[in-house]
Amino acid sequence: MSEPLTRDQIAERVARDIPQGAYVNLGIGMPTKVSDYLEAERRVTLHTENGMLGMGPEARGADVDLDLINAGKIPVTELPGAAYFHHADSFAMMRGGHLDLCVLGAFQVSATGDLANWHTGKPGAIPAVGGAMDLAIGAKQTYVMMELLTKKGESKLVEACTYPLTGVGCVSRVYTDVAVFDITADGVAVLEIYGEDTIDTLRETTGLALIDATVPVGSGGSA
Amino acid sequence: MLQITEDTAHAVEGIPDGATVMIGGFGTAGQPVELIDALIAQGATDLTVINNNAGNGDVGLAELIRLGRVRKIVCSFPRQKDSWHFDKRYLAGEIELEVVPQGNLAERIRAAGAGIGAFFTPTGYGTLLAEGKETRRIDGRDYVLEHPIRADFALIKALRADRAGNLVYRKTARNFGPIMAAAATTTIAQVSEVVETGALDPEVVVTPGIYVNRVVQVLPAPAHEEAGQ
Repeated sequence: MSEPLTRDQIAERVARDIPQGAYVNLGIGMPTKVSDYLEAERRVTLHTENGMLGMGPEARGADVDLDLINAGKIPVTELPGAAYFHHADSFAMMRGGHLDLCVLGAFQVSATGDLANWHTGKPGAIPAVGGAMDLAIGAKQTYVMMELLTKKGESKLVEACTYPLTGVGCVSRVYTDVAVFDITADGVAVLEIYGEDTIDTLRETTGLALIDATVPVGSGGSA
Repeated sequence: MLQITEDTAHAVEGIPDGATVMIGGFGTAGQPVELIDALIAQGATDLTVINNNAGNGDVGLAELIRLGRVRKIVCSFPRQKDSWHFDKRYLAGEIELEVVPQGNLAERIRAAGAGIGAFFTPTGYGTLLAEGKETRRIDGRDYVLEHPIRADFALIKALRADRAGNLVYRKTARNFGPIMAAAATTTIAQVSEVVETGALDPEVVVTPGIYVNRVVQVLPAPAHEEAGQ
């Protein structure tokens, strides 16, 4: 309980909260790591928005098939029980609330669950959204995983996003290297803290009136 | 009347300057590269292209853009590691870009093929990509009004066709093929194999021949370049 989590440990922490048998979409980048911690016996089915359920691990060597790729255009494999479908069906599946969970990266998350993860808004930047906006609002629950601070040391959990939004009020939980946050109707609650931080230092870092929902050590809380 | 040919030049005849052309594919998976090569040779210009991306590497759609034949592109994700031809044209102000969230792009294409006038979708509500669009609150949730995207021509890639124009696809290369086939006035499908009518199990047909106007058999080539990003 003394070190901040590494990216792999954040992924492992997210994976622990994914229910048995869930249908899940893991966003491009850091969230992809979550799949490394989903044991087969949990029977979690991965969706990729370019048209597949039952996606397996990244393909290697002779298994590489350029007709079988994930949303990041990386060659992947299919697991028994996989299904293919066209793009409109794939996004209907998502938008229609059939996926249990989507895990995304973020530039910023606001105290009310607004998500910014598609565009820096910088002049001259070429805008490219892909499926980010559909993913943000489509699944029953949207989890974010990110480091709490930017490279410049600014909190990415904020009162209101300054980057262009991906979705409004769509994030329910945020997993970071130093804490797990729940976005609730009453405000942002801290569920777990890792490393040297305390609820007070987190309040200072984020500028938010965080609710302390941490479980005292020794009562079954996680390390 | 369905035309079946082995000549890609014949397959793309009649695409005029200024046409709106849907091109299937997600990155290179399902991209009908041989049909795009034929369109490049055919010469049509001032095109509006609908695709998920804006070209990968130096072939297919990327080459069409490099040649300055695309006036406008409607897509969800133009910026990629290997989209250098698009990036150059865009930053020089030489190509118009409409960015559409991927699911809205797919549903707008589907709506065109299905005769839907417009639809309310939650995707994009409250974002830059919904600015100026009509919104409505329905049962406590906010939606944006989106309109269909239709095209004069669709160029798509499938695995196999029968002589009735029924198509089956291969894995995630299916992506936009079925919805683009329905959304274009003239749909041109390149396939690796044409089989006799009756040789495809009707239960597994993905795109019924009613949506297909021209089929061109393109022999399976070695995998085209490396996977793009």
